[in-house]
Order: sequence, then C-alpha cells, then structure tokens
Amino acid sequence: MTAFFDIAIVGGGLAGCAAALHGRRMGASVILLERGRCGAQASGVNYGGVRQQGRHPAELPLARRSRTIWGNLQSLVGSDCEFRATGHLKLARNSEDIRDLAAHRELLGRHGIRAEILEPAELRLRFPYVAPIYAGGSFCAEDGQANPRLVAPAFARAARALGADIRECCAVEEVSVSEQGFLLWLRGNPVPVKARRLINTAGAWGAAIAASLGDHVEEAVMAPNMCVTEPIAPLMGPNLGICGGGIYIRQTGQGSVVFGSGLGAADRDQSRARPLADVTREAARAAIAMVPALANVLLVRTWTGIEGRMPDGLPVVGASPRLGGLFHAFGFSGHGFQLGPAVGAVLAELSLEGQSATDIDGLSMGRFEKRSAAATRPSVIQPDNHQ
Amino acid sequence: MNPSEPVVIVGAGPAGIGAARTLADAGLRPVVIDEGRSAGGQIFRKPEPELSRSLGDLYGFDAKPAQAFRADVADLEAVVEYHADTIVWSAEPNALHLVSCGRAFVQRWSRLIIASGAMDRVVPMKGWTAPGIYSLGGAQIALKAEASLIGRTVLLAGTGPLLYLVAYQYARAGAAIPAVLETAKPFNDLSALPALASGGATFARGLYFIAWLRAHGIPVLTGVVPVEATRGSDGRVNGLEFRCDGRDMFLACDALAVGHGLKAETQIADLLGVGFQFNVLQRQWLPKVDIDGRSSLPNVYLAGDGSSVRGSVIAAASGRLAAAALLRDASHEDEGLSERDRALIRRAARFRNALDRVFPFPAHIAETLPDETMVCRCEGLTASDIRRTVIASGESDINRIKAFCRLGMGRCQGRICTPAAAELIAATARIDISAVGRLRGQAPIKPTPLKHLTEIDR
Repeated sequence: MTAFFDIAIVGGGLAGCAAALHGRRMGASVILLERGRCGAQASGVNYGGVRQQGRHPAELPLARRSRTIWGNLQSLVGSDCEFRATGHLKLARNSEDIRDLAAHRELLGRHGIRAEILEPAELRLRFPYVAPIYAGGSFCAEDGQANPRLVAPAFARAARALGADIRECCAVEEVSVSEQGFLLWLRGNPVPVKARRLINTAGAWGAAIAASLGDHVEEAVMAPNMCVTEPIAPLMGPNLGICGGGIYIRQTGQGSVVFGSGLGAADRDQSRARPLADVTREAARAAIAMVPALANVLLVRTWTGIEGRMPDGLPVVGASPRLGGLFHAFGFSGHGFQLGPAVGAVLAELSLEGQSATDIDGLSMGRFEKRSAAATRPSVIQPDNHQ
Repeated sequence: MNPSEPVVIVGAGPAGIGAARTLADAGLRPVVIDEGRSAGGQIFRKPEPELSRSLGDLYGFDAKPAQAFRADVADLEAVVEYHADTIVWSAEPNALHLVSCGRAFVQRWSRLIIASGAMDRVVPMKGWTAPGIYSLGGAQIALKAEASLIGRTVLLAGTGPLLYLVAYQYARAGAAIPAVLETAKPFNDLSALPALASGGATFARGLYFIAWLRAHGIPVLTGVVPVEATRGSDGRVNGLEFRCDGRDMFLACDALAVGHGLKAETQIADLLGVGFQFNVLQRQWLPKVDIDGRSSLPNVYLAGDGSSVRGSVIAAASGRLAAAALLRDASHEDEGLSERDRALIRRAARFRNALDRVFPFPAHIAETLPDETMVCRCEGLTASDIRRTVIASGESDINRIKAFCRLGMGRCQGRICTPAAAELIAATARIDISAVGRLRGQAPIKPTPLKHLTEIDR
C-alpha cells in the first residue's frame, strides 16, 4: 500500500491511456486515475479525424509518429478502432488558399508526409460529390478517420491487461509533493497514492492540476458542435476539410456522415456541455454547401464534449519547466485525437528515460513565458480547428 | 404575462388542450405547438377529411369525450396561437427549435408546458422486422386516421389495455382475429381486483371488451411467450409461433400487431435538463414532477402521458393542473379548481398502479430473448451482440454500451430498441434495471432532413 508507483497519470483520455500502455510496455509500474470513465470526455466524443495535413509545424513530428501507431493499433491494443486511411482532402476557397496548400505540401514533405495538390478539374473527376465551387485542394492519402468512442477505452484495456492499475470513477482531490515524489489524495480516501513521476493528461482540467503544482498557464474551454446523419450508401471517400477551418465532414464505414462546424456551450465547472441548435443549423447549411447530396439526408444526433484550448491553439506537451518528475499534455485545442497515441509514447519516454526522439520543443509550457517570441513562430498555414 | 414572455405548450392531445383551456380562461394567449395535422393526440386522432366517419365509429366509448374535445379545440382556435404539423427538433433554455413544412423557426418561451405524449413499447421477437408487423398503436392509427386495417386476419400480441381495445376495434371493423395473445396473466391475480374496480367506468369498459371478444369466439390466451413471427414466400408475416401453458403453438395471420404498454416521450424535458427518476411500476425513466406537474426546473411543467403513462382522463386533468400551477407561479390567481383535479389524479393513481401490476412489461421475455433475435434493427444488433458487448467491455451503463456497439444510434434514436435492450443489459450484467441508466437525449428529437434546418423563417 505504501509503495511508490513509477508513474501516476491523472486523466484517462487518449493521451493518458496511451501513456499508461507505453509506460507498462517500458516496464514501469503505472497507476491511472480517471474521475469518470476512460475516453468519456473529449477523447471519446470528438470528430474522429486522423489527420496530419493542415497541422502546425510544431505538431508534425508527433503527428508523424502517431500515424505509424494508428496503422498498428490492431497489434498494439487488439482493435483497429475502425481506423481507415481514407485520405484527407483539404479544399481551397481561392488561389491564395492554393498557394498556402502548396507551401504546406512542402512542409509536410520535409516530415516525410506526401500530399498532392489537385486542380479543380481533377477534384471534380475524383470527388464528384464535392460541390464544384472550389479552387482546388490538397489530398493526403495516408490520413483518414477512426471511431473515437473506441480508442481510449481500447488503450485503457490494453494497459490494464499489461498490469497497469487503471482506476475509473476515481477523482483526485489534491496533489502534493513530498521529498520522494507525488502524493495524490483521492476523494474519500485518507491514504494518498504515491508516485515518483506524475503525468498530467487532465484535458480541459489540465491547467488546474498544473496550477496546483506551481505551473501556471491559461487554458480556456471549447465544445466542438458535432452532428451525425442516418447511414447512407457509400458516397464519400476521404475525410473533408477546408482552408480557414469551418466545416469538416466524413462518412464512416457503417454509412453515417459525421460533420461539425462551430462550437457548442461548455461549462467546465459542471462538467457539462451541449450542442447549440443555431450552430447545428449553420453546420447543416455548410455541410450541404460542400456536399450537396446531403440535403435530404436525415440528421439523427448532435453532441459535444469539453475540450481544453490554449491561447495559441497548440497543446502543452512536455516536462514541467519547474518541477522535476512532472509532465504535462493537455489543452489540445480541438485537434488532439490523432496526436494522442504518440503523445502517450513520448510522455512515457520523457518520464522514464528523460528524453524522447520525437521533437516536441514547440509545445513546451515554457513558450507562454516568453509570449512575444512565441507569437512570431512561423506559421505556414492556419491550423484547422476541431479536427 | 405579455407577448415578450410567451407561454408555450407542446402537444395538443388531452393534456395540451386541457392546459391551453385553463390558460385561455385566465386571459392568456398561449402558443400551442403540435406534431399532428389536427389536435387530438393519439387518442382523438382525426382522419383525413375525405375519410370522415362518425365519432361513434371512430372512438366508440370515447365518442362523447371526443366530441367535447373537438368543441374545446374549435373554441380555442381564436384564443391560442396554434402551430399544427410542427416538430420540436431541439429545446434550449428559453427557446424551442421547430421545423414546419420543411422550414425551421424558433419559438421563444418564458414558461413551458410539455405534453408530448407516449408511444408504443415493444419487445422484439424473432422475425419481428417482417412486413405486416405493426405496433398496437400503429394498427390503431391505420384505423383511425386512414380508415384501413393492417390486414384481413390480424393477430394481436402483447400486454395492457390497448391490446383488448385494438382487438375490439379491429373485430368491429371486420378483421378476423384468430386470438388475442397476452404475455401477462392478468386474470390470475385477484388481489388486484379491488384496486382495478376503483377504475369504475374505465375498468368496466376493459371488462366489456374482453367479454365481447370472448362472446364473439375470439380466444384470449394469457401467459403467452412469442417465439417467432414466420414469413411466407412473399417475405411478409404469415403467422406467429408462441408458447402457452408449456405448449408450442402456431396461429396463421396476414398481419400482426404487438405492444407492451406505452413509453413516455420525454426528449424535450431531457434536453432541457429536467431531473428524472426510475418508475418501478411503469418500468421506465420519467421526469420528476410534483402532483401539479412542476419539474425540477423553474418554469418547466409536464403533463399527460409524456410525464407518466396514465391515460387520457388523467392527462386532461394533469394539463389543467400544470396550467394552474403555472398561473400561480406567475402570481396570477387561481386555486379553485385544482383541488378537484388533484383528487381525480389521486383516485385514478390506484387504478393505474393496479393496471401496471397486472399488465407488467414482460421483462422476463426481453431478458431471455434468443441470441439471434434482432433487437436494434437500425444498427443490426442482435441480442447476442448486446450481451457480448456487456461482457467484453465490463460495462453496464446503457450510454457506454451505446458508445461501444452503436445500440440506439440509428434512425429510431433508441425509441424502439431501448426498453428490451436495457433488460438484456441488466440481466447480462446481473444488475437492477434502474442501474442500467437512461439513454441521454440528443437533438434532433426526431430525425430531420438537413435541408429543413437550413431554411429559416422569422
């Protein structure tokens, strides 16, 4: 009972569950504490896009590594979680967008990711269901989509099978630091959980945990407004997005069309979020504008979840700038789903080996301490939201 | 109250119209929103004008209340703002989001009375997705609204008062009824008799239907377990295999109607965040309300079968009560008549509870459905798929089971499959049915074409 775990993880989203699995695979003793159920917040209710294209350069090394893991989910966690490399097609509204996409293609190439720029004629030939109103697009064949409801629970099950102590419905009330490590005080339990290292993957609640240990960053909340239709015959191949953000659409293997645009209402304190009817209506309009065949399809469900958003729209991933043994990964700002598997691996490496081969320098918490420098970070393309 | 603080009633059945009457009498002009083309709900559903039949033909014993209801509606038309043929697709604090004639619009509300009614509750059986199989309520709608029968030789199976009413109506309308197959054993439990007798005329009417059926040579079999709806070479239902008194039996038919009581339509209350509790007798989750229909949220009231399945007479009384409570809460005066309606509801509660006891939802059938039985037809999930998901995931919350295997994610949005699926989950996980929880409501309340959401009026 008094033994120290090698790693304690607070938050059973995808990043936390993946860290638990990778930590166990590296031989560490691991405990994961989840207030509700694993993957029930943002990791489980997001759009399900698995996309490298359109990301900020600081995220690309993680995205690249994650893509490899996505392709190996079956052997890693015993389920492919419905991951399919359907491709991701990013549409251009005008010639300026085309220039941005071409520049982004160069950037992707430097990370070993192939994308092809499509002229309008080829766009119409290959994707005839897309409205003929776009100036072109960029197609990344190895991107795709997966079923978000399955992924974090699959990682949690795999970690548990390897001996990780995964505790659901187990709220951490307070974290304190002792000479030997971290003490995690659980609700209704007078004896703390002890661990030498602490990984904070508490999503929208990550900054609060960080602050209780002296790391102060601003983290807002957002609730991507998601919609899904009845199943229809196969219509669309790739996951669709558009330059400048806005609407994103994919068709699942079972036939439903999932789309999203805009934000619902989120209440972090009540842990409650709900879609907004006006936002849903606007999303329906935008979906029909992009894929006109959706006009007569029935909407059957809308939903949202609470996600943390950092001031610059990029997550915090890395070691605490202050406290040894503390690692953060939160504030994924609506596009953490694809990154999750690699974030878990990197957190396990950072905490157990002190370093990771994956470059996450641009995501450190320290960037907010020299805000003026961070603001001038080169951005080739505006990252999409909520994908 | 003034137009900038609209009072809105959803539903124009007995409860909604009862509420509208009370508000109008107090000098208000409520907005009434109803899905139907004309007021009446399910009980007083009106046929298309060209199919018009006499009220006696249409409603039988309910002809007189139907006539009074029609008169009330005609009278109210001038004093309420009435939106027929209008669906509430989402509900938010102070706004209802509506679709009517393919166009979306928003109705603000400051006080809301939800009288959204109930729908059939069914337990699946093998073969139940064959053409020619209807819910009891569906069979009744065909008769009332379209003046047509679902078949010539119609078998009726299930439980509850509606089973006998529909059998009677179909036999009167000329259908051959090989038998009425009751899953409960309602006539065994004599201890319920005094409470049933307290139902007075309603109880007498039920006895009359059963006596009439027997007098016309229509057998009423009880303790029935449906086994399989069989199909003919045309793919349509042609009979039902069932067990009764330990014997395997078969009856031929060309249509089958099935129903096991009613299920409150509670999505609007759910989206607004009203508190719910599990009602053991009705074996379903219902919004928490006080006797006057006040919900856990200020300014939100519930009435009729959408708050608790108790039939049309109580529905009307509960509509009046909710409206009176609303008036009092808004410090308009009114106390006089409420005590009479409260007394009516208290008296009737004894009878309704006895009905729920003698016609229980057949949980024993749902939880022992053969593995290959289709349960969630929209997503193609069998009883086995649901059992396996419970075992493999170790989960027993219905929302988690939904997340893992798509239960209730299809076009019916869980309306049809949830009651039986919840029993399967509870039995597999060996927990009480109430611990399975409640499928959380999500907009749209009914499946809605995307283009209808984009055309905005007002």
